[in-house]
Amino acid sequence: MSTSTDETAKSAADPAGISGAAIRAGDRSFLGLSRGAGILVLAVMAAIAAFLVWKAIPSLQVDSANFLTEQSWLPDQTPSVFGIAVLAFGTFVTAVIAMLIAVPIGFGIALFIAYYARPKFGKALGFIVDLLAAVPSIIFGLWGLYNFMPAVTSFAEWLTEYLGWIPIFANDKQLWTKSLLMAGLVLAIMVLPTVSAISREVFLQVPRMHIEASLALGATRWEMIKMAVFPFSRPGMISAAMLGLGRALGETIAVALILSAVFEVNTHITEPGGNSFAANIALKWGEAGEVGRSALIASGLVLFLITLAVNMIARWIIARRKEFSGAN
Amino acid sequence: MSVVETQKAGLEGQLSGRRLPRWSTPALAGGALIVGLIVQLTGWTVVGLAPGVIAAVVFLLGQAIASLAIEGRRHSKDRIATTLIYATFVVALTPLLWILITVLVKGLSVFDWTFFTSTMRNVSPRQPGGGILHAFLGTLEQVGIATLVSVPIGLLAAIYLVEFGKGRLKFWISFFVDVMTGVPSIVAGLFIYTALILTGVLQQSGFAAALALCILMIPVVIRSSEEMLKIVPNDLREAALALGVPKWKVILRIVVPTAISGLITGAMLAVARVAGETAPLLLTTFLAQDINLNAFNGSQTSLPTFIWDQISRGTSSSVNRAWGAALALILFVLIIYAAARILAARFAPKSR
Amino acid sequence: MRLTRILIGSTAACATVLTLAACGGGGSSSSSANADCASGSIKAAGSSAQGNAMTDWINSYQTQCPDATIDYQAVGSGAGVEQFVAKQTSFAGTDSGVKDADLAKANERCSGGPAINIPLVGGAIAVVYNLTDVDGLILTSDVLAKIFASTITKWNDPAIAALNAGKSLPDATIAQFHRSDSSGTTDNFTKYLTATAPSVWTFAPGKDWVAPGGQGAKGSDQVIASVDGTANSIGYVELSYLDGMQNTKAALIDNGGGPVEATSATAATTIAAAAVTGSGNDLLLKIDYTTKASGAYPIVLVTYEVACEKGLSADQNPALVKSFLTFAASDAGQSQLTTSGYVPITGTLLAKVRTAVSSLATS
Repeated sequence: MSTSTDETAKSAADPAGISGAAIRAGDRSFLGLSRGAGILVLAVMAAIAAFLVWKAIPSLQVDSANFLTEQSWLPDQTPSVFGIAVLAFGTFVTAVIAMLIAVPIGFGIALFIAYYARPKFGKALGFIVDLLAAVPSIIFGLWGLYNFMPAVTSFAEWLTEYLGWIPIFANDKQLWTKSLLMAGLVLAIMVLPTVSAISREVFLQVPRMHIEASLALGATRWEMIKMAVFPFSRPGMISAAMLGLGRALGETIAVALILSAVFEVNTHITEPGGNSFAANIALKWGEAGEVGRSALIASGLVLFLITLAVNMIARWIIARRKEFSGAN
Repeated sequence: MSVVETQKAGLEGQLSGRRLPRWSTPALAGGALIVGLIVQLTGWTVVGLAPGVIAAVVFLLGQAIASLAIEGRRHSKDRIATTLIYATFVVALTPLLWILITVLVKGLSVFDWTFFTSTMRNVSPRQPGGGILHAFLGTLEQVGIATLVSVPIGLLAAIYLVEFGKGRLKFWISFFVDVMTGVPSIVAGLFIYTALILTGVLQQSGFAAALALCILMIPVVIRSSEEMLKIVPNDLREAALALGVPKWKVILRIVVPTAISGLITGAMLAVARVAGETAPLLLTTFLAQDINLNAFNGSQTSLPTFIWDQISRGTSSSVNRAWGAALALILFVLIIYAAARILAARFAPKSR
Repeated sequence: MRLTRILIGSTAACATVLTLAACGGGGSSSSSANADCASGSIKAAGSSAQGNAMTDWINSYQTQCPDATIDYQAVGSGAGVEQFVAKQTSFAGTDSGVKDADLAKANERCSGGPAINIPLVGGAIAVVYNLTDVDGLILTSDVLAKIFASTITKWNDPAIAALNAGKSLPDATIAQFHRSDSSGTTDNFTKYLTATAPSVWTFAPGKDWVAPGGQGAKGSDQVIASVDGTANSIGYVELSYLDGMQNTKAALIDNGGGPVEATSATAATTIAAAAVTGSGNDLLLKIDYTTKASGAYPIVLVTYEVACEKGLSADQNPALVKSFLTFAASDAGQSQLTTSGYVPITGTLLAKVRTAVSSLATS
């Protein structure tokens, strides 16, 4: 259905098809203006990359360690030593934990609101969930640190006690707070509104006819969701997850407050420690010297490139899925 | 006759099948609760699980087995799915309500008239009192400028994508709008800092902050506007074009007005999205304790940076003020959200 | 109370926003005779360690001089110096002073200047702990270093018990908190450990915590909140953050001259004895962390204001910089520090500070 509208929109949008070769001056300037706005987006993206590269180069030139594998961060020392290994590891681990939890639960809430709750109740719930997307991340951080973390420390201890034979859950320090796991859990709560709000919108767009048809054929509600809803909304669900991932990767202040930031790759995710790109920038920015500042910009550039790659992959998956989707 | 009737009966039997009685769910829930209570009271447990978790597992398994025995595999799966979806809802809503209530309780303790009508000028960090007026005005101004810049650009770009765009340029713009949506907020701040402040084009100011917010807002505005313009029926465009109306007039007079409520909603949701951003503002503004309405010169505080500042001062009075400001910020966003939703509900196109 | 605050708020609003004679009136203009007031506004940024002291000074100064507006942003020393060098601010606050290459840049920023370091705010770094039954915990630098290096991990360790005879030390693991962000506080604390316990503290001193173990918290506010909320914990914060805490107490430090309590007075003794290493009016200090003088609390930090002795452009309001710093160095300004948990500059050093401030050019 949406494809056919696109087609007609395209033909209607073709100026040549309407008034022959004569494009009026008003049209031309309006086209120029709107195209300019579009090109501005490309220009801004290019400028972000260009300026970050430009300001990152001075530190990369004096870095005496391998920028990708070095585990310490002492850029203002002479000789300057810094690398992103710890930041990349921490960012990756917290984002994975957040996504493992937030994606299924986010889809669950969205399904609940769209197909299980009464419409009015569902709308009110959607509103509350949307509202949480607006809670400033520093508040999530404080709440995570003083309210949430004490309450779930026992969960982390349980993980170590019963699953400690899995290396990542082992805990040699006998401390279960301020860990990558905690940061990941708080991030999960933070990205939940993003994931559920977008997937809810997608679920609500599933054509009524598909739903009714499958129910009429005797499908249970779950079969209807599996057979009518998921195939139609898969691209949207993926983009919801990816947007959530984007937020998890770039979250700054909550992570800075919760993690006990250290420069050491520690695979024991329940122990205090860990770090992330964004949190490290917030923690080091104020006291950083000239090289330090430039090094932080370099790490910001890497974060930018990672989010770029994530979004490109998401786009690619969606484009591929669309071709096979039965709904279209 | 009789053949038809027996056939009908058989068909009915197949269609409805044997179902679990309605009382089975509360009964199972009650049973699970009792198991949970026993676990709680005796202290006996399986691999250290909490009584509540055990009760939930008992309920889920009990229902699945009962359903499998009586209703068959398909309905059993459906029941498991239903229970799990209800469970995700409860699991998710708990922290979400918890944080809202925390902010509400802590924030309300400092809410009074003074809190909204005074600034922090000449208020010591250790004293109670003072207020958020300057920060609120700063947020209004920074977010206002960001909106004034982002909405026209975003709308025009969306018009390009929907009405004009074709070929490679459309593909790349559309692609990078998606990518731009994922730009981390601290990177937006770093960009404005390196491109405009380090190069001396701008000072740290409300305007620099507004530009950083623009980076975050523009893609959101483009995406939502694009969706709204797409649902304007093509009949309207074609009818107007057939009458010989120039395309730019069709867009400005017919397409945009038809979609206007949706466009406003999109813009307001974008506003709500950036109002609570802290990280980019820390790199692009100076904090002030006082009102400064000049966004181009001097320090200007906003609600998120006010919260940041008060928390880092570490006295009980300042931390209380931070919670109060957080509640005020959430209320501010709530009002914007509510206004957007009401607009959307009232003027949403009825077609589809 | 409430009413005065409304008044303060509204006059402030008038001063900056409206500049109308009608609202400028009020009773405040009479008090402007009090100090040598300058008018206009300046921006300053830097050390967060002196953030609350600055706020108090600014409040007092602005009350006396209602035509002046001073913004001090606690962005951190590094960012503060950078913004000063980039001519974004009229003066900077720093925990370590500017020297070497930074000083050259600052001089250049002051059109030849020179730029000078003026020590105006002292601080004591309190070793804070949360033990319900123990008051007046005594620690030596050696034991302190072992605790923070995680070689002593229990409160009832013999080394701690030997220093605290008669106190009921619990058989509990020490929960150690340090700063997770870069800070001058960590810099001075680790410099102290390096100077006094070099055999135990083998880590490089610096703004970033590099020792293994313990838990990091962002900012002194979160360190003190973590210590206050965690039983059997220990941490280090500026003394001013100890104010209003429920469960947290400061330890006494014994550098060899007997245990000394962390107070404004005991820290002032150490700071007053610091040697000046800068030249001319540049009052860069070198603190003697190993001091054994009686009643001198050894873990201190000094924060400086970096200003242009000459060469600050007129639009950055050198008159207001001088007037404000003169107030800060006055008896009234310095005595305010004590009430807010900071440490005043005293003795001959204070005289040198006043000479330096009076040397600042006003045009």
